[in-house]
Amino acid sequence: MLVVEGLVKRFGGFKAVNNVSFKVDQGEILGLIGPNGSGKSTIFNMLSGTFPPTSGSMTFDGAEISGLPPHRIINRGIGRTFQIPRPFHRLTMFENVALAGYFGQCRHSRAKADEAAERALAMVGLPADRSMSVDGLGAAGLKKLELAKALATGPKLLLADESLGGLDDTEMEQAADMLRKIRDELGITIIWVEHIMGVLMRVVDRVMVLDHGEKISEGLPSEVSSDPRVIEVYLGTDADATQAAAAQARRPGAAHA
Amino acid sequence: MMDIFDIYLLEAIVNGILLGGLLALLALGLNLIFGVIDVTWICYAELVMIGMYGMYYMVQYFGLSYFIAAPLTILLVAALGALLHLLVIAPLLSAPPINQLLATGGVLFVLQSFATVAFGIDFRNLGIRLPVLQFADMHFSYARLLAFAAALIGMVLVYLFMKRTYVGTAIRAIAQDRQIMALMGVDTRRIYIITSALGGALAGLASCLLVLQYDIHPFVGLSFGPITFLVCVLGGLGNFVGGFVAAFVFAEIISVGGLFSDLEWGYVLAFAFFIVMMFIRPAGLLARRS
Repeated sequence: MLVVEGLVKRFGGFKAVNNVSFKVDQGEILGLIGPNGSGKSTIFNMLSGTFPPTSGSMTFDGAEISGLPPHRIINRGIGRTFQIPRPFHRLTMFENVALAGYFGQCRHSRAKADEAAERALAMVGLPADRSMSVDGLGAAGLKKLELAKALATGPKLLLADESLGGLDDTEMEQAADMLRKIRDELGITIIWVEHIMGVLMRVVDRVMVLDHGEKISEGLPSEVSSDPRVIEVYLGTDADATQAAAAQARRPGAAHA
Repeated sequence: MMDIFDIYLLEAIVNGILLGGLLALLALGLNLIFGVIDVTWICYAELVMIGMYGMYYMVQYFGLSYFIAAPLTILLVAALGALLHLLVIAPLLSAPPINQLLATGGVLFVLQSFATVAFGIDFRNLGIRLPVLQFADMHFSYARLLAFAAALIGMVLVYLFMKRTYVGTAIRAIAQDRQIMALMGVDTRRIYIITSALGGALAGLASCLLVLQYDIHPFVGLSFGPITFLVCVLGGLGNFVGGFVAAFVFAEIISVGGLFSDLEWGYVLAFAFFIVMMFIRPAGLLARRS
């Protein structure tokens, strides 16, 4: 579905992303992890058209998307959520989602946009109350709104950016289940960016690990969490999370590395 | 029984309301552009001036009726607004605000000079003289009544567009976060062009109405440009409701203040009021106290 080859992004002399290639298959959930500054968000920004890659290609459904402006990429079917929710405060919660529905997929039909918004809100478990303001929403509610906005654009591929920052353990589990539900029920392919490994490892089909802009590991959660290079990257910075993830992903009886 | 003074006062108050409608229309266009694109069209009144010449030539030269010329003029100035955005503002969108201000200031002089060269400095008018309405010993000009009604209708239409369509919804919200708007599938360049055309259309409507009250000359923009700008600042730049309220406050001060001696004194009072308000409420009449 998505084929990325030799992706490079340079900011001045700094290579934020260096020769990264990967594929995402229809219907899978790919986890994209790595420490802060490893290039995860830069890859997302290129995939969603915020800025073009320095070199490399990104093919979505057989068509090149690098260099397209963000609204064209959204219209092709790649939706995106943000690490820090950015709702429009002047609009109601419903308007936020319906606007994404209108411009994302069903332009020229207000009724269809409203339907898309209602479906998206129901999916994430927010009320479709048209007078509700966004200001009363807590951290978890804002994350849900962010997800509803992305869903309302009618994506085939969803880029979920560090969806779990600022949530407690229960909320994290719920959010992880939500992403799986979105894949299972709507058939939406997902790339999920996180720096917390724990919950992510339970839900994703495959994981890709970035460090300093390069891909250092890729594979099943169980393989990746026992990869010495991955452990090295996470040691000292987020060692507990790595171990927790390894424990969660390890199948019973698997050899301990 | 009313004595003479009360009737004059009442007449002045009503005339103030009529002037307020027109000022509110002008302020809405400028506020729309500022609130959405974050750019001040210093040359806004000059777009109105061009629209007035458009009316003049269509009515006097091509012999069109006023009611055919008016929508054409609105379209013409809307196109001018979109063109102004494409040629001057769009290339400067991420430039420092002072550059944008200077650029639109430059357009002001270009338009004035263009009008001087192309149309000459003679005072012109449509040759339409509307009667004066007499009501209970008070006099109101039909031109003002018509302008007030049309300005109100124009503002209601803009309000409905902003509230009832998703393009309008995007226009209301885009100032907060241009990047997110694009990632919701919105072509932000298109929204800016639509907004600029809408701002232009409001200037066009204003020119159709002002042409009934003012003679047309290349510098006619100076008669209402600065006041429009002050009304917007008084209401809080970009604050639509604030601009609306400020327009009527300003108009009443001009109209009632002018009652005591000359109309010019009304302007002096209004400007003095503006300066005092800038000290008391620098963020605008309706700004929340922090």
